[in-house]
Amino acid sequence: MSESLFQRIGGAAAVDAAVDVFYRKVLTDPHVMHFFDTTDMDGQRAKQISFLTMAFGGPHEYTGMDLRIAHAPLVLDGLNDSHFDRVAGHLQATLEELKVDEASIAEVMAIAGSTRDDVLNR
Amino acid sequence: MTEINFAGERHALAPDETVLECLERTAHALPFSCRNGACLTCMMRVRAGTLPEAAQAGLREGQKQQGYFLPCVCRPDADLEIEAPADAELFGRAMVSEITHLSASICRLRLRTATPLFYHAGQFINLRRGDGLVRSYSLASVPRLEDILELHVKRLGGGKMSNWIYNDLAVGEALDIHGPNGDCYYIGGEPDRPLLLIGNGSGLAPLYGILRDALADGHAGPIHLYHGSRTAKGLYYGDELQALAREYRHFHYLPCLSGTVDEAGPEPGVQRGRADAAAFADHPDLSGWRVYLCGYPPMVQTAKKRAFLAGAALRDILTDSFEMQDVRRLPRD
Ligand SMILES: Cc1cc2nc3c(=O)[nH]c(=O)nc-3n(C[C@H](O)[C@H](O)[C@H](O)COP(=O)(O)OP(=O)(O)OC[C@H]3O[C@@H](n4cnc5c(N)ncnc54)[C@H](O)[C@@H]3O)c2cc1C
Ligand code: HEM
Ligand code: FES
Repeated sequence: MSESLFQRIGGAAAVDAAVDVFYRKVLTDPHVMHFFDTTDMDGQRAKQISFLTMAFGGPHEYTGMDLRIAHAPLVLDGLNDSHFDRVAGHLQATLEELKVDEASIAEVMAIAGSTRDDVLNR
Repeated sequence: MTEINFAGERHALAPDETVLECLERTAHALPFSCRNGACLTCMMRVRAGTLPEAAQAGLREGQKQQGYFLPCVCRPDADLEIEAPADAELFGRAMVSEITHLSASICRLRLRTATPLFYHAGQFINLRRGDGLVRSYSLASVPRLEDILELHVKRLGGGKMSNWIYNDLAVGEALDIHGPNGDCYYIGGEPDRPLLLIGNGSGLAPLYGILRDALADGHAGPIHLYHGSRTAKGLYYGDELQALAREYRHFHYLPCLSGTVDEAGPEPGVQRGRADAAAFADHPDLSGWRVYLCGYPPMVQTAKKRAFLAGAALRDILTDSFEMQDVRRLPRD
């Protein structure tokens, strides 16, 4: 069997390398930062590890329904396609910064893109 | 509906209620202080059931495995059977060996224990007074340098424990202590890393321990300590820290005054403004640094974010936030 996407990217270690880079990007982007600004930075970091693990094709237990529930309060706060696109952009930029190969980046972006309707509760 | 079973009684939790709130509502008097998962005063143990992750977030692995959890931040999703830990499991005795007033609001408390406490400088212990009042204080002493435990207590207007320690506690009296707890301490094995230490008021206590632990460990990377206070007198231990800075050329002591200048005028070598602001202005790029933030919780919180955005990895930002009892949330009598 060929290596999975998650293994090719570097597994949990890659998630670990990516999480601070990604979190710094969303926290400094005025368009989405208010969704991520919290007093519990370690808790937020843990959730972003879940997010990245999922996007990297790693092992996770989230269903589409879980994603709906997790983001429902954000949708009430106005979460829409424009925010989704920004976050997807930060994900892509993070992977580029970490020198992940283009084919793997495309796969990650496809996974992230497939969650759009659940994340936006449509 | 989720239920807790405590001391043979079953109680249904109200929506969004914590275990601590539920027990208080049902007339159980539990010890607490911060109500925010920081001080471990309220610690209990689970006998059966699954705890939410947040209820154990601040605990050590060993404590988690033994089923300890913090009822003040525990909102269970499933039924729990819980118990109060036996006193001897948590508390030991200590004797006051010295009390020195370092300024009009800060005193140094030194304690002796019958058996040595294994701890890292910068961790905290909980002190319990005879009437059961518990509060947390951070360790300024360094086990490899001294046998006594040293704490710095800042007296707060209306504060129960801090005023009692400052005014009434005497040498020779005994106290119960629980600890050590917390993960804000010097981590050896990376002697070249630059260290940034920021604290205000008695937030110097853990930093004074961490600093001397690092120096004793042979830490070779630069160490910058910013101590903030509103008054010049609050910059206690200035002489000791200046002496250390003369002895160790890679250690830099930067006292900062944020209040109005005292009548005597500004002291030489003292910067104006807040300690955290000065530190971030001097060090805009913190990638690869380890950062310690201690004391006043709002400072710790904002400085944590700034340090992260300045490039420090989140796991390299260690904090000792002096969370206090929020008097607005106490029942009025
Ligand atoms: C992990 C940790 C480490 C800590 N380390 C240290 C340390 O090293 N040094 C240190 O000095 N502190 C430290 N603290 C804080 C310490 O635990 C206590 O919270 C602090 O000393 C206050 O306790 P207290 O009983 O004197 O005040 P409390 O009686 O608990 O009062 C808390 C707050 O309410 C205010 N207040 C009380 N009564 C009234 C009233 N009637 N009207 C208006 N306001 C009122 C007080 O001024 C105070 O601000 C730490 C806390 C934590 C969680
Ligand atoms: C790209 C697709 C996305 C995926 C796959 C995704 C996935 C996740 C996952 C798995 C969690 C953790 C849920 C939990 O454990 O509780 C989470 C939480 C979160 N997500 Fe997303 N997410 C996406 C897009 C977004 C966007 C566009 C935003 C906002 C701009 C966002 C903001 C958040 C926030 C703030 C949380 C934490 C919520 C909380 O504190 O409970 N996410 N996401
Ligand atoms: S940890 Fe529960 S009261 Fe402080």
